[in-house]
Amino acid sequence: MVLPATTPTPGASPESAKERRAVNDVVIRLAGNSQDGIQTIGGFLARLAGRSDQEVMTYMTIPSTISGGPSIFQVRMGNGDILSSGDQADVLVAFYQHSYESHINSLRPGGVLIYDSDHVAPNPEDRRFRAIGIPITGATVEAVGGSSKDKGKNLFVLGLLARIFSLDVAKIGGLISERFGGKSEDIVRNAMLAFDAGYATPADNLHDCLYQFEAPAVSGGRPQITTDGNLALTYGLIAAGVRHGAGYPITPWTTVMETLRSELGKYGGIFVQAEDELAAAGYALGFAYSGHLAVTGSSGPGLSLKMEALGWAVMAEMPLIVINVQRGGPSTGLPTNVEQSDLMQAIYGSHGDAPRVVLAPKDVEDCFYVALEAGRIARKYSTPVLILTDQALATRIEAFDEPDLAKLMVDPKPDLSPRGADFEPYPLDKITRHAPPGASIATGKYPSVSGLEHDELGHPTGNPALHMKMTAKRREKIKALGASLPVPEVFGDPEGDVLIVGWGSTWGPIREAVGQLRAVGTRVGQIHLRNLHPLPPSLEEIFARFKKVLVVEMNDEGLYGFGQLATLLRARYSLPSIGSLTKTDGLTFRISEIVNGVLQRLGRAGTDGGYAKPSRI
Amino acid sequence: MSSSSAALATAGTAPRVPLTKKALTADHPTWCPGCGDFAVLASYYRVLEKLQYPHENIVTLAGIGCSSRFPYFVNTHGVHYIHGRSLPFAAGVSLGRDDVHVFVFGGDGDGFSIGGNHLVHTGRKNVNLTYVIMDNFVYGLTKKQTSPTSPIGFKSKTDPTGSIDQPINPMQTLVNSGATFVARSHAGQVNHMTEMMERAARHEGFSVVEILSECVEFYEGAFDAAVPRKGGQFRTIELRKNDGTPEDALRHDPSDEVAAFRLASEPWPGVFGVFYESNRPTKNKLEAGLIAKAREKTKSASDLEVLQATFRRMR
Repeated sequence: MVLPATTPTPGASPESAKERRAVNDVVIRLAGNSQDGIQTIGGFLARLAGRSDQEVMTYMTIPSTISGGPSIFQVRMGNGDILSSGDQADVLVAFYQHSYESHINSLRPGGVLIYDSDHVAPNPEDRRFRAIGIPITGATVEAVGGSSKDKGKNLFVLGLLARIFSLDVAKIGGLISERFGGKSEDIVRNAMLAFDAGYATPADNLHDCLYQFEAPAVSGGRPQITTDGNLALTYGLIAAGVRHGAGYPITPWTTVMETLRSELGKYGGIFVQAEDELAAAGYALGFAYSGHLAVTGSSGPGLSLKMEALGWAVMAEMPLIVINVQRGGPSTGLPTNVEQSDLMQAIYGSHGDAPRVVLAPKDVEDCFYVALEAGRIARKYSTPVLILTDQALATRIEAFDEPDLAKLMVDPKPDLSPRGADFEPYPLDKITRHAPPGASIATGKYPSVSGLEHDELGHPTGNPALHMKMTAKRREKIKALGASLPVPEVFGDPEGDVLIVGWGSTWGPIREAVGQLRAVGTRVGQIHLRNLHPLPPSLEEIFARFKKVLVVEMNDEGLYGFGQLATLLRARYSLPSIGSLTKTDGLTFRISEIVNGVLQRLGRAGTDGGYAKPSRI
Repeated sequence: MSSSSAALATAGTAPRVPLTKKALTADHPTWCPGCGDFAVLASYYRVLEKLQYPHENIVTLAGIGCSSRFPYFVNTHGVHYIHGRSLPFAAGVSLGRDDVHVFVFGGDGDGFSIGGNHLVHTGRKNVNLTYVIMDNFVYGLTKKQTSPTSPIGFKSKTDPTGSIDQPINPMQTLVNSGATFVARSHAGQVNHMTEMMERAARHEGFSVVEILSECVEFYEGAFDAAVPRKGGQFRTIELRKNDGTPEDALRHDPSDEVAAFRLASEPWPGVFGVFYESNRPTKNKLEAGLIAKAREKTKSASDLEVLQATFRRMR
């Protein structure tokens, strides 16, 4: 919460007599076990924020076990730009002793600890926080009754939070009945009983912890939608004209394929659950060959398995969208944590010289738009396009303006028009335009689409001169794309001490860090690369305006001391000013980690003391 | 493969020039003189001449291997994909476009070794396409290594003292996989081979023909036991006629999986013909059913309307 915490706000809350303090934005961390339904109430809070024209961002960790194990969901909601899920929580709800012990240090000094007094005994010596014990389990059992045990305590907590933050009860009721409405009436009733019980928690239990969000500044013209990165990406693919695809289940990519499988039928399309990753790539390329814009996807290890097929797609010049929802690697690695360590694999991870396109979205909203851009490029340049998203983007929920679908939807029809007598599948002087089956060819000579090196007509050839020419053709079209890209905008200082370069989901934390760094007198700019391969033009000129360039990314510094994008940029621009800030703890960047990293490189003291701010509530 | 869209050809407005061997011929095959694959290619021309599909709606696909050079030698839309993965690619083409006829050619390495998983799963899914396996019991393109169908004792560069691994039994594997048309033929028996390929092409579902096709370079004489002029026997399967005669009970019922499996266990060189045939629904049909159901639910709303409704629910 960023505004002074003492403004009294009279409101029509149940505590109209009591003082409610105004807040601008707040970070709530819910810590329990994975079966407690924490994600459900986190999702409710996120959607509520979206429906109230507030900004919202979430962060969750889920154990990779099937059921059980610690789980958290963090929601940051409020007004103004919410760019990260927040370094530290203002409110911690601890369901168990282990939740309390693991997460108490992520609560800001002065923050509010709400704990289930049936399960948690907080350290009485620890006076950094305002601790409120509520018998969450007992009160839920009492409220719901019957044999449901403590099921519903998540909704009790939602009720409690609704009371504390004066949330719109009618809107939450609507969300609960939407969520559970398909199930039996009992379930909706029990959910509401638990919610109401939480909401009715006596005021004297809540000390002086009652707040009211300030009214949102301006309501945008378009309604807000609330969704996670994987869903935004999935619907972006559909808007881009994708009606066909194939995949194999792997975390955290799976929800994309599940959604495509259940949704594409409505659009007359098919998504195939293939027998393995290699087959998934094969099905997708078969769909592409038959004239459709197709997708396949996976997470790290699965992308490795698709690499041979990807080499074929480059050689045969087939349009294709390939999603990689990155997770911690190598091998099975950290399946439910985040990392950006597949960049080199995405760009170079195939056999032979196989140039293709790699894009990365910066936030949940961009997951939708990057799919459209991938579709445009795949079609125009007849090339595979990889989208590198990650576990953090995949699972986090954000609210954003509803896209103008009427303007954005792309027609998915295959081009089966007859090809003229001048048709060549692989012209040396033009971009390949694939002729799918069903397209007649005026000469009566039908093309072979080939993984062998070939001449203009697709005939296999081992001619060295032709291999050089065809290799150049495949390279030059990707370079032409690079030259056509927009120059990235510099945020913050247009020149100065440090330029922070990022890609993918680090956009939000970097932007907040830039704000904090400029506030302490450093001259810092930010560019965020959406086009990773090919790179956009004019980066050299931008880099030259800063004393240092710092590439911030979630991967290892490698054998030579630089992260993967930093390595590429150093190779490309040969600038000693390019440095690297990396980390591999499987978690998204904290703002303070970036701030301190920059300050250290500037030779200034960067300590937690200065930048971990005290609680705003 | 179905002949559903063959009707489209005759229903077209302008009369089509009949599809001839001449129009179907492309590059001259690069196979060694005497290779069995030449006869398979000739049979394919004959089948296409008979079926008269619209020229632009025929797709000839292959993976990697000597036999997989096939698409370059046929003038149709063609794909030379990667080793062992031609079936999922072909399945994508078949599911992506109900109006095209998909033929896949490959060898024993492609089909039973590196692509074994795809063979089983394409069978299980019963995707509507025709797969011709030119089985020569040896890796030819890489110059004589053991193949998954090489018999025990076969001397190759990877088994100089003779192969020790049990070979795959193709007919048993295919019947097990769920393929709905399973047949076996011999490249030396052109009429029989053509008949099997034509039946496979007309079958709706995943239809597979294994053709023993000799590699004269690396496994000469491999199939002599089935060549009458070399003293062998070409025994064909007599299919049940359902005519009620007592001798009919002795004929093979191709819908009987157990009988097919037993036939496949006959000692070398075994029998030739249709081992198994059933009309289990294809994945193509089942997916079309799912689409029809989904469209019924959305009351055939336009793509834009469906997506807009989805976004409204995310508000």
